[in-house]
Amino acid sequence: MPADAILDRLRAAADGTTTTDGRHTDGLPSQAAAGRTDNPDGPEPVRPAGEQDAIAGVPARYVAMPRDTAQAAALLRAAAALDLAVTFRGGGTKQDWASPPRRLDLIVDTTALAGVVEHAAGDLITVVRAGTGLDALAAALAAAGQQLALDAPLPGGTVGGAVATNASGPRRMLYGTARDLLIGVTLVRADGVVAHAGGKVVKNVAGYDLGKLVTGAYGTLGLVTECAFRLHPLPAAAAYVTRRVDDAAEAGRLAGTVRAAQLVPAALEVDAPAGGGAAVTVLLEGTPAGVAARVEAAARLLGTDATAADQAPEGWGRYPWRDGDTGLKLTAALSGVPRLLADARAAADRHGVPLALRGSAGVGVLHAGVPGTAEPERVAGLVDALRAATAAVAGHAVVLTAPPTVRDRVDLWGPVDGLALMRRVKQRFDPDARLAPGRFVGGI
Amino acid sequence: MSTTTTDLTALAAALRAAVGADRVLSDRQELRTYECDGLAQYKVVPALVALPADAAQCAAVVRACVAAGAPFVARGSGTGLSGGALPHADGVLIVTSQMRDILEVAPSDERAVVQPGVINLAVSRAANPHGWYYAPDPSSQQICSIGGNVAENSGGAHCLKYGFTTNHVTGVELVTPDGDRVRLGGRAPDAPGYDLLGAFVGSEGTLGIATEVTVRLTRLPESVRTLLAAFDSTDQAGAATSAIIAAGVVPAAVEMMDALAISAAEAAVHCGYPPGAGAVLIVELDGPEPEVAAQFDQVERLCRDNRAFEIRIAADDVERALFWKGRKSAFAAVGRISPDYIVQDGVIPRTALPEVLRRIGELSAERGIRVANVFHAGDGNLHPLVLFDAAVEGQTERAEEVSGAILDLCVRHGGSITGEHGVGMDKAKYMPRMFTADDLDTMQLLRCAFDPAGLANPGKVFPTPRLCGEVPGRRKGVHPAQEAGLAEVF
Repeated sequence: MPADAILDRLRAAADGTTTTDGRHTDGLPSQAAAGRTDNPDGPEPVRPAGEQDAIAGVPARYVAMPRDTAQAAALLRAAAALDLAVTFRGGGTKQDWASPPRRLDLIVDTTALAGVVEHAAGDLITVVRAGTGLDALAAALAAAGQQLALDAPLPGGTVGGAVATNASGPRRMLYGTARDLLIGVTLVRADGVVAHAGGKVVKNVAGYDLGKLVTGAYGTLGLVTECAFRLHPLPAAAAYVTRRVDDAAEAGRLAGTVRAAQLVPAALEVDAPAGGGAAVTVLLEGTPAGVAARVEAAARLLGTDATAADQAPEGWGRYPWRDGDTGLKLTAALSGVPRLLADARAAADRHGVPLALRGSAGVGVLHAGVPGTAEPERVAGLVDALRAATAAVAGHAVVLTAPPTVRDRVDLWGPVDGLALMRRVKQRFDPDARLAPGRFVGGI
Repeated sequence: MSTTTTDLTALAAALRAAVGADRVLSDRQELRTYECDGLAQYKVVPALVALPADAAQCAAVVRACVAAGAPFVARGSGTGLSGGALPHADGVLIVTSQMRDILEVAPSDERAVVQPGVINLAVSRAANPHGWYYAPDPSSQQICSIGGNVAENSGGAHCLKYGFTTNHVTGVELVTPDGDRVRLGGRAPDAPGYDLLGAFVGSEGTLGIATEVTVRLTRLPESVRTLLAAFDSTDQAGAATSAIIAAGVVPAAVEMMDALAISAAEAAVHCGYPPGAGAVLIVELDGPEPEVAAQFDQVERLCRDNRAFEIRIAADDVERALFWKGRKSAFAAVGRISPDYIVQDGVIPRTALPEVLRRIGELSAERGIRVANVFHAGDGNLHPLVLFDAAVEGQTERAEEVSGAILDLCVRHGGSITGEHGVGMDKAKYMPRMFTADDLDTMQLLRCAFDPAGLANPGKVFPTPRLCGEVPGRRKGVHPAQEAGLAEVF
């Protein structure tokens, strides 16, 4: 079919949707969508792809920007009929993560699929469209003294992107990750069918928890269009207590001491820059009186030269890498964190590559950054060494992002338990392998 | 489908070969012991019972079932309240209670590794000396098993603050419905790939059988403080709960009982709650001492502001246990005031509580069926106890109508048909009230991925089985659509 005929078909699909579903909130047209036909200034629902419309270097042919679930469903039905390969995009902050798609025709961009559908402050829940910016959501919830307790390590991300990549930050220690906070989900399947799972109440065991299935699935099972989240009150007080030490492993051991105490930190982070030295920081949240008392206890525990501050230390909750660098996620059983920190540092020295380590020592998740200028062969060697180091402490090393020269030389994901079952799940949800094909584990 | 005697004899022989003769039951009287779980109105005698000793035996049993095309149902302690472990008349009941070793308690990893038959409370007992415990605490925690908790994603009174089983399981080894052994997750967080662990927990035995579970341990709190507040009405107690949540306090638990539930508890366990109370609240705070101290005063004040006429503060663990005794015995206690009762489990947005309770009161009056209310007020999880006398003609039907109408109320208010007891056999028929056909179809895509032959706990969770279609290279199992007449309702 000629390219402009495909464009016409997609446009026709986007224009012909007004369906509503009384049982679920997602059928309600968003404010943007309500004015769709009268709003010529709004983004075109479907357009030819431009130069910026590439996923990990793979160019797309078309970009669609649905404004509600029904329109997204119509577009995905059309894409199925036209056998188009589709990748989803939110804020575009992690498009260079994971493997490039094997095939790409259509980018479904969720940024017009935005807005808070519901915020029931008394019930501590919210329902939001997937393209809503995490920052915009935080601002909206803060007005009611509440928060979605999900740290965003990269600025500019959307709710849907955070769910799709299972992004998390320091406060996962207290609040958990996206999988723990997501209580309901609306998704559009590869064949354009709209499905819901979970609901709007925190306690709910009716049916399979598809929200967990799509969390961290990199958009390979369906398009998440709406999320219901459990919220938390904003703490009345918060303080950071930091202690600097000579090396990363020492910071890891100190973190272990904090875990065993009765501080109940919101976060317990280690930061070990490539240049040497390390710091361990405890974030305490609670009532003003409670936090004041716990700051003193934390300082006693960490040592006399610990310092307390109202503000987060530099780099807090950010990945220890920049665009174009290699970034990894390393995990460990908690008792193995000091060893992993030491082994990672030793491996970097052995391979002659600068390695920055930073992350949530309190839960066994560290991030590692290697400059994009490092020689790819050496980086590949380091990745192998880090994989061995994490395996020794019951964890995994996953390369989240890497320059193409490194990406071509390494296995991004490493060994994956249950891969055969995962392939079967993918086969059921996306039998024609059109959703972000090749982007996920095992070439899924 | 009907399994012939010859098939059954062959299957029994295969099971004996897999686990040994002493671990297979085929005698009718012995089989009857397993005819129901905690929801006793459904009874089905299984064709065979197998009691594997370990994961390898469990896998061998499942493989024997697959080879015979026989359905299988997993059962832990059999305390479930939705009929999730109700046997299949032509199938094998796989009982995990013989796999009951705590394999490791590793406080330095904040983990314990246990076999599925281990009792929930035993995990905490093993971890307590080290200063840790296992947070999910279903009311049946003295007898229910971790494997059952995983299947049902069990909650408990303290899940308001600490979450459910799914938030506390970091790894499982399971036997898939094909009989393969697969490990998902482990001691470290965030294993790469799909979160199949998250999908498996709470799948009610339809995606496989857990044979080893790695759980998160939680630090025993430095301080625990509990108060019991008595109010004239549930509206006042509900308003106090709202005020506590609005103040930004996240209690470990907020539990409410209404007058009828209180009187039942008094009759059964003499818990000595304040006389004349239309509702009592139990509020428990835990955490670092300075935080608990600051917030406890606030909670007490908010209860008084909302017209609590008496507030008792537990001075020690003994008094705390006494507060909880009335609440935890409430289900069984209604047996003292009613010959028969239905334990309902539904969820509403907490703010809808006054309206929903009023409507339950009206339903009760209209049908002449008493309803005692016990609930996890903090998260809107209602446990209405619908009281009736089966000996009185028409009462059973009217009680079931009231019970079903309560679930409709929950769905209409944006809630759920089950907060912690699961769908099982009992509520499969209610699933379409909460989910569209497409929703259920999509959930069953997952089921088809794990269990294309539909052998793992068929007839549970979903009202209508999905046809999974051919999967190349796989044996053709018993067609799921042929599953019918699964259970008799007594």
